[in-house]
Amino acid sequence: MKAMLAGFTAAILIAIGAWYGLNHAGFSSQAVYSSPNVRLE
Amino acid sequence: MGHLRTTEKDTMGTRKSGFGAFLALIVLIVLAMLILTPLTADRDGLDEAALVAARQETGGAQTREDIMARQRGQQIDDTFRRTATGDPANAAAITGQLGTLGGVSDAEMWRALRYDEASTDATSRGPATNVLIQDGGMWWLEFREDVIAKWGGWLLLGMIGVLAVFYLIRGRVPIVGEKTGRKILRFGSIDRFAHWLTAGSFVMLAITGLVSMYGRPYLIDVMGKEAHADFAHWSKLIHNSISFAFMLGVVLIFFKWVRFNIPNMNDLRWLRQMGGLFDDSVHPPAGKFNAGQKIIFWSVMLMSIGAVATGLSLLLPFRVLVFDDVFAWINGLGVLSWAGFNDLPVPLTPQEEMQYTQIVHAAFGFLFMAMIIGHIYIGTLGMEGAFDAMGTGYVEEQWAREHHSLWLKKVKARDGTAHPAE
Repeated sequence: MKAMLAGFTAAILIAIGAWYGLNHAGFSSQAVYSSPNVRLE
Repeated sequence: MGHLRTTEKDTMGTRKSGFGAFLALIVLIVLAMLILTPLTADRDGLDEAALVAARQETGGAQTREDIMARQRGQQIDDTFRRTATGDPANAAAITGQLGTLGGVSDAEMWRALRYDEASTDATSRGPATNVLIQDGGMWWLEFREDVIAKWGGWLLLGMIGVLAVFYLIRGRVPIVGEKTGRKILRFGSIDRFAHWLTAGSFVMLAITGLVSMYGRPYLIDVMGKEAHADFAHWSKLIHNSISFAFMLGVVLIFFKWVRFNIPNMNDLRWLRQMGGLFDDSVHPPAGKFNAGQKIIFWSVMLMSIGAVATGLSLLLPFRVLVFDDVFAWINGLGVLSWAGFNDLPVPLTPQEEMQYTQIVHAAFGFLFMAMIIGHIYIGTLGMEGAFDAMGTGYVEEQWAREHHSLWLKKVKARDGTAHPAE
């Protein structure tokens, strides 16, 4: 069962890392297509 | 030979996977969807020649019959509108009648915008920002709700129902022979880690994906709009983020298990005997993975590629646009017209590309979920001793003898003996 818990834990940690990474990279269409002329705040 | 046959039979496991039945159900449902739901609007009763003739009275402009045909859901050839976007090259002189329009009337200008034929510029940069009007949204919304959500839901419920009936009729597949008390290592820690990394992330992807598909029609009634808005927001964040864990898990599984999943002649025999699904006395031999599991393995790989490719396209919208080229290629084959369907729509706006991507992503998701429901069933409730393979990693020797006899022989030949019971 340790492998199962390790797998679940790794999935959570990877998801948290991906969330920060994606937002740092400005992945969303809102972030990519916003400009000083188009603010979606 | 008789002795050998008896020995082989004794050592072969009774494989009651039911994967073949599950896959057959999926194929039947998909075929039914394709048959019952035409890809394009109904053309029955549409007299294109009469519509063209009627337009002679209006100088080529659309008529009441055109509008009524569209409202009936019939797809008419709209080339006469799509191309009626003015003629700047032959515009009247600036001092002439309507010369200031530059050869393009207001109606023609709006028509050009309507069909994305106008050359527009926008201060916001991006592939989709200068498309001011696109009319694929309603078609996509209706297809998403009337076909994908509806039939996808029935597919999942149908799978659960089939498994319930199968369980009531067949019961739990037991270990037929006497248990030895000896344990065989079937999956090591890295195998199990990769499996649970993939499984855990897949379950979260499935739940959050279903929230995206069914949240508005069902959950709002239960929890209210405010709570659902927050719930759906977090659900989407989880879906986007945990997908990377799923991708890593699938890659790990592929490299760890691909060598065990190469098809061979034993698979044909296993399939011919239906894996022993309907007969306790039939025990087709199998290696580490039987033919049913190999089908699942390769299906998972193909569906993962489809789901991940479309998922990344949705995650990073408008960067990867493929359906326009794919549709043009399919139209060029002429298969659709041969089968009585209209050609697929081209060209596509970037928004329409995303709409088709979402549909394909959802279709992959539902097929994937249906298959995994069957996988979860047979790995837990459906078969005695199966969960141990991914739980502790060790399986009862008799279980291995009944379900993976060829693999057991290899293991015993390599190790000389089995591990004692814990």
